[in-house]
Amino acid sequence: MLYINCPHCGMRSQNEFSYGGDASVKRPELNKEISDKEWDDFVYNRKSLRGKHLELWQHISGCRQWIKVERDTATHEIFKTFKADEEVA
Amino acid sequence: MTQAFRIDNGGLVDREKKLSFKFNGKTYFGYQGDTLASALLANGVHLVGRSFKYHRPRGFFGAGVDEPYAVVQLYRNGETEPNVKATEQELFEGLEAKSVNCWPSVNFDIGAINNFLRIFLPAGFYYKTFMWPKSFWYRIYEPFIRKAAGLGVASTKHDKERYEHKYEYCDLLIAGSGPSGLASAYAAAKNGAKVILAEDKPRFGGSLLTSDVNIGNQSGKDWAEGIIAELKTMPNVVVKNRSQIFGYYDHNMLVMSEKVSDHLPSTKKYHPNKRLWYIRAKEVLISSGSIERPIVFGNNDTPGVMLSSAAKEYLKVYGVLVGRKPLVFTNNDSGYETAIEFKKHGVDPIVLDSRKNPESEIIDEAKNLGINIKNSYVVVAAQGYKKVKSADIANISEDKKQLGKIENIQCDCICVSGFWTPTIHLASQSGNKTKFKEEIDAFVPGQSKQNEITLGAANGVFSLEETLKTSFTAGSELSKKITKNDYKIAIPNVVEKKSSQHDKFWCVPLPKGKNYKRFLDFQNDVAVSDVEIALREGYRSIEHVKRYTTLGMATDQGKTSNLNGLQLVSEIENKVVPAVGHTTFRPPYTPVSIGAIVGREVGKHSKPTRKSPMHLWHEKNNAVFVDAGVWLRPRYYRRGNENLFEGSKREAKNVRTNVGVCDVTTLGKIDIKGPDAAELLNRVYTNAWLKLPVGKARYGVMLREDGIVMDDGTTTRISENHYHMTTTTAQAANVLSHLEYYLQLVWPELNVNVVSTTEQWAGAAIAGPKSRDLLQKLFPNSDVSNEGLPFMGYMEGDLFGVKARIYRISFSGELAYEVNVESDYGNFMWEKIIEAGEEFNIQPYGTEALSTLRIEMGHVAGSELDGRTIPFDNALEGLVSKKKDFIGKRSLQRSAFIAEDRQRIVGVVPLDKQTSIPEGSHLVKDDKAPLPNPKLGHISASCWSVEYDNPFSLAILKDGKNMIGQKLFAMSPLKNKVIPVEIVSSHYVDPKGERVRS
Ligand SMILES: [Zn+2]
Repeated sequence: MLYINCPHCGMRSQNEFSYGGDASVKRPELNKEISDKEWDDFVYNRKSLRGKHLELWQHISGCRQWIKVERDTATHEIFKTFKADEEVA
Repeated sequence: MTQAFRIDNGGLVDREKKLSFKFNGKTYFGYQGDTLASALLANGVHLVGRSFKYHRPRGFFGAGVDEPYAVVQLYRNGETEPNVKATEQELFEGLEAKSVNCWPSVNFDIGAINNFLRIFLPAGFYYKTFMWPKSFWYRIYEPFIRKAAGLGVASTKHDKERYEHKYEYCDLLIAGSGPSGLASAYAAAKNGAKVILAEDKPRFGGSLLTSDVNIGNQSGKDWAEGIIAELKTMPNVVVKNRSQIFGYYDHNMLVMSEKVSDHLPSTKKYHPNKRLWYIRAKEVLISSGSIERPIVFGNNDTPGVMLSSAAKEYLKVYGVLVGRKPLVFTNNDSGYETAIEFKKHGVDPIVLDSRKNPESEIIDEAKNLGINIKNSYVVVAAQGYKKVKSADIANISEDKKQLGKIENIQCDCICVSGFWTPTIHLASQSGNKTKFKEEIDAFVPGQSKQNEITLGAANGVFSLEETLKTSFTAGSELSKKITKNDYKIAIPNVVEKKSSQHDKFWCVPLPKGKNYKRFLDFQNDVAVSDVEIALREGYRSIEHVKRYTTLGMATDQGKTSNLNGLQLVSEIENKVVPAVGHTTFRPPYTPVSIGAIVGREVGKHSKPTRKSPMHLWHEKNNAVFVDAGVWLRPRYYRRGNENLFEGSKREAKNVRTNVGVCDVTTLGKIDIKGPDAAELLNRVYTNAWLKLPVGKARYGVMLREDGIVMDDGTTTRISENHYHMTTTTAQAANVLSHLEYYLQLVWPELNVNVVSTTEQWAGAAIAGPKSRDLLQKLFPNSDVSNEGLPFMGYMEGDLFGVKARIYRISFSGELAYEVNVESDYGNFMWEKIIEAGEEFNIQPYGTEALSTLRIEMGHVAGSELDGRTIPFDNALEGLVSKKKDFIGKRSLQRSAFIAEDRQRIVGVVPLDKQTSIPEGSHLVKDDKAPLPNPKLGHISASCWSVEYDNPFSLAILKDGKNMIGQKLFAMSPLKNKVIPVEIVSSHYVDPKGERVRS
């Protein structure tokens, strides 16, 4: 079970969180004309990386904040966690 | 029965406390402090079971967790447990155990015929033989295998025992209380670190309990006792015996199973049987020691053949002689230690040493005691069927290929030592890449991956002096990093005997003309010949050899067989052992009771049960409940002998003719506040929200980004910047997360707060033509007329002094209202509604009537919003704004979503107006078409229309828009039904929606 540092609450076990997928995906702006391909990339296409991956988790049984977690998908090592509005360095 | 093999003095058992127990129906006696194994051996019982495949007689091979085959069925306090190791089960008064794998009895076992048929049961036997014909599998092969195999029988009764889970955090977790565990725990504890020290056995001390050493002028055992006693007084230390750490998971999370009550005749009141600890440790010190490995020779599975370390443990810890004529067969000095113990207790052992001229202090001591030692000698085969009677021994050439003349000598046990295998399971589970250590012919931990370090024998260090030094240092250093304390420990003096180099010899060649079975894996009956077959048939990867032969599988996990198996593969393949590699070690290290894993999450504790504030009233009024997610909701209120069909029909009809009341507390409710609340709703819902006036409700549909409908519900504008959103019961949690996601990550600029208020409000839906009259009676001071409170209107009211919210919304399609009060007043509200409604013939209605009412009206619910439909499919495209953008809108342009013949909701009526259509039935054009019959759609929900008194269903049908009036067939192969049907509008009742506005 992973041990995740919620930037709001501190170290918490994985079972307090729910997974939210790739955090690098940016939703296209509202009311903007975009191609089918751009939209498909946003909705469906994910890289499914092996290695360092920036992903979203929600501290669902805690502060309910969405956070960003930099994790190695192969080793489960967590390098850093960020608040939702924090710049990822 | 006398304990004929118990020595007069010695051992750590309590001879004042005599215990009686039963094995295979026969009564024996042992002492407090015995294991079932030591007590049986004290009584001269060596035959405990039959082996897995060949049903050969099996005895005791080890003295603890290393035991591969002394597995019994245990009976305790009216319960039974399979797969219990006799070497681990502590004796208690009244214990009962039985052998497994034998029928009708351990002494006469019919399955042993397999032993004579063994030529037909080689490696891969099951794979090869039971493959064909396929039809034989379920009828013949599987029942046969199930009956023949297995290590006991699981109880089918409800388990009365209680199991607990515990979460714990510590600085240092130490696995094993041998010399390295004690030293590191002590050093860390002195530095003030929070330490957990876990020992799987009842007694602390590990190898110190049986080895002849001195630490700081005391015996090793006394030193261990002193350390443990001091650790127990320290508030920062938790010391646990009978506790096995069996798994090492991510981020330094380890799981430990503590046997709280297994050693007692029955579990004490309020105590659990076992406790499962989830431990998150900053540092992990693995001091799990090592397990002696066997030397492979003919018939080496005969009862009476056992590890020399086990024989020593039975003698030193339990005061039990495993034989009176022992033969010790060794390739290193450990065998001599066992021989010396025998000699000290007046028994004359013979030592066979495969080495030519070994010299060491231990060997000198054995010689001085006058022990008969034969160098360059090996056991070729054990003789005797149910017990060792003699051994065939021979001189062996220096290259270990040639045997001299076979001699037969009398003996009653063979104590074998093939050197030591470090227990690296935990380190390997942590992700540590193990490495092969030539000097000890075994794998040891390599580069750490997590915060773990392996010490002492588990790390391949067999010198006590070095073990203590490294362990004290490791405990100090690791704890210093955490606590910043630096307590200086004087490392005690150690007196131990120096050992000589072991012999890299592990398998005795077969003598000419003999084909003795030479077992590698005792639990799974895997012999040398089986591995040879696997390799001959082309299996190369050690993982494949393992699966084909079952070597190192099952509960034993190769504790004693692993390395000898690798040696054999490396020899045949002409590769070095590290090139062969070892199989993956997976948790659990030892079997863990399912009960311990489940913990308290059984019965009603397996998930929470949510009840509305009106639940007791429902119960008192004969509600029949149904699970709605984790909620319990009334399905119908039974009157007399009514069944579900009759009761729900009555309730639905009463709503259509008079007035009904339904508990809708379970609906998800989200409070939305902030100046940008309307903007958020406008982006989340498909329809327009910016112009909704205060005091008005609106129905909305929300999509996922892929265009699929996520949920629907009404949202009401309570005041300028305050909205009340409702969601379906099932989607409440997902919708809240969905809103939080967009507010926190996508549009953080929106100034809005959302919070769940599901549990803050109790809700009652009042529906039916007489609902307004009832509402007026409940709120005499409010204007609830059609003008005062029009359809989709909202007002606050005073319910006999309780503040209430009144929404004029309808799910049933009738004139209807929903009244909310604070949860604590829910029952008060309900009783007032029932009381006031009496004159209007009010009846409460449950979810079944609620379904009927909404299906007739063509209102969609979870069975249509099933994660596969878009607004069009649900005839909700009128709610999709063409002007504004919203979540998922772009996806609605996908070609499949705008196809001419897109699926759409329709109504379905059976032609005979009698036969109910099973939900899930497929709609097809031709009921006689060959399979697979092309499916045009499926029935999503069915009811008995109370309006027309015939069955009515909703369906999602391909090109549904143009199918009205068509005749199709509803087919349910599950219910074996084919029903001719007509497609009609989904709005079966009141298609213009006049009633809700009346
Ligand atoms: Zn948090």
